[in-house]
Amino acid sequence: MADFIATYGALLISMLIGAMLGLSLYLPLMAGQLSLASPGFYALGGYVAAIISTRVPQPATGELFPLHWLFLEMAIAALLCAILGVLVGVPALRLKGIYLAIATIAFVEILRILSLNLDITGGAVGIFGIPQPFNSAIEYLWVVLPLLLLSIAFVYRLEKIRVGRAFVALREDELAADAMGINPTYYKVLAFTLGAILAGVAGAVSAHFLNTWNARQGTFDASIIYLTFVLIGGSRTYLGPVLGGMLFTALPEVLRAVGDVPGLPQWLSQFLKEGRLIIFGLLIVLGTIFFPQGLITPGLLNRSNVKRGARP
Amino acid sequence: MILEVQQLTRRFGGLVAVNQVSFSVKEGEIFGLIGPNGAGKTTLFNLVTGLIPPTAGQMVFDGVPLGQQQPHQIAAKGIARTFQNIRLFKDLSAQENILIAQHVHTRSGVFTGVLGLAPAPQEEREIREKAAELLALVGLQDRAQEKAQNLCYGDQRRLEIARALALAPKLLLLDEPAAGMNPNEKQSLSTFIRDLRDRFGLTVLLIEHHVPLVMGLCDRIAVLDFGQLIALGEPAQVKTDPAVIAAYLGTSL
Repeated sequence: MADFIATYGALLISMLIGAMLGLSLYLPLMAGQLSLASPGFYALGGYVAAIISTRVPQPATGELFPLHWLFLEMAIAALLCAILGVLVGVPALRLKGIYLAIATIAFVEILRILSLNLDITGGAVGIFGIPQPFNSAIEYLWVVLPLLLLSIAFVYRLEKIRVGRAFVALREDELAADAMGINPTYYKVLAFTLGAILAGVAGAVSAHFLNTWNARQGTFDASIIYLTFVLIGGSRTYLGPVLGGMLFTALPEVLRAVGDVPGLPQWLSQFLKEGRLIIFGLLIVLGTIFFPQGLITPGLLNRSNVKRGARP
Repeated sequence: MILEVQQLTRRFGGLVAVNQVSFSVKEGEIFGLIGPNGAGKTTLFNLVTGLIPPTAGQMVFDGVPLGQQQPHQIAAKGIARTFQNIRLFKDLSAQENILIAQHVHTRSGVFTGVLGLAPAPQEEREIREKAAELLALVGLQDRAQEKAQNLCYGDQRRLEIARALALAPKLLLLDEPAAGMNPNEKQSLSTFIRDLRDRFGLTVLLIEHHVPLVMGLCDRIAVLDFGQLIALGEPAQVKTDPAVIAAYLGTSL
């Protein structure tokens, strides 16, 4: 068991963070907005944590980075991402469908180029030696697991209340929702901003967890990977992106292990190890054809309820 | 006067879809809007509900000019509508459709809602009761959890009316409510609309092609042809108006 945790502890934490990033993409999608901006906010949150923890001198409290500082960083990351979310969301959400997706990709690129060229973000090298609040990777579970459970609980509740219903109404038929008194701009920006906050908080934890942070954290590749989380996991219920995020964060590691199996032709083993993006791209194409609503759909959940007799 | 339309004009490129139309609707009235295909009836509805801005002219609702307001602002003022080609939230249940439409009558936000703090639980209870009431009113109480897209055509039309009523509007706009219904259904719809008016103190503005239904139901009728108002008055008066007969049947050479 100890061996297993030592080997796979870091992967487990990455999977939980992946689930949070899936949820951060799912939130705008709930309101029908295909936004790929999450990696941008994720990167921003990470830089906030990295800069504060490496530049601001902390009161000496032993060897470990104080936990309440981590929480403070998360709060600042959340606040900054919320402000930026509103600033970007108001103009960007005038665009619909694929045009919004393109605009958000541009936003991610702008942040990436900025972080690549600014001094405070460490340029191309990035920021490294980010102090650790824990002794081992698996102990991040104390922060990441409650955070994920909190996000899940939040989105689960959101689907059942007035604001969530307004989101879903916009997804189903924006014009009809507007005629029913739902302010489209307000709720779209709200959904977008909630997603931004979640991505930013995930980034802040991630920066400590990875120990280093650089411009490669928020890229177009990451946009596509997070999109896979939601599209394949399921875009109609909160469980979809959670499962998708965990599954597809683990997938490259699993593929790497499979690629190491002796006796495979070299091209195949290389493809399995390094063709991650090709495989994700293929999965998006195949998934949208065969599982247009993703693997986990509300229908699936209801059917299992019927079996248990929970719902007539 | 609950609604006054003054010199309202809407152009789409070179086409004048609504051309300097003026009329007013009295409170508590069932007001019919008829005219041949392409006369500009639905465009007029879209103007009143703010889905498209007017090119010129003004609309005054309950003494307040509507100006360039957004659809959701107009809905919040008390104008609700149905659509000619039904626009329910298809993938959601009948109940959810009606819960959504009570948006403007509830206040709870993200935090009160998620944490279940006041006023959210109270509001939730109230809108669920209201939804049950409205579903019963249109005879869909047993199908509350059914997805809207699985309901039959007539039920979808009735659900759309129930959804519009959930806004508790002062003015209800019905765009061809009887489209696709058989004569019996049309007759009962006629009674139903009159009941709604009496029960909720509504004013109803409706577009309808079926002339007998309009003549029997409406207190007053406006006739549009090529975007222009060609007649306005009580059904008997409009029926014999030469301009109306010409618009519908053409003139003899």
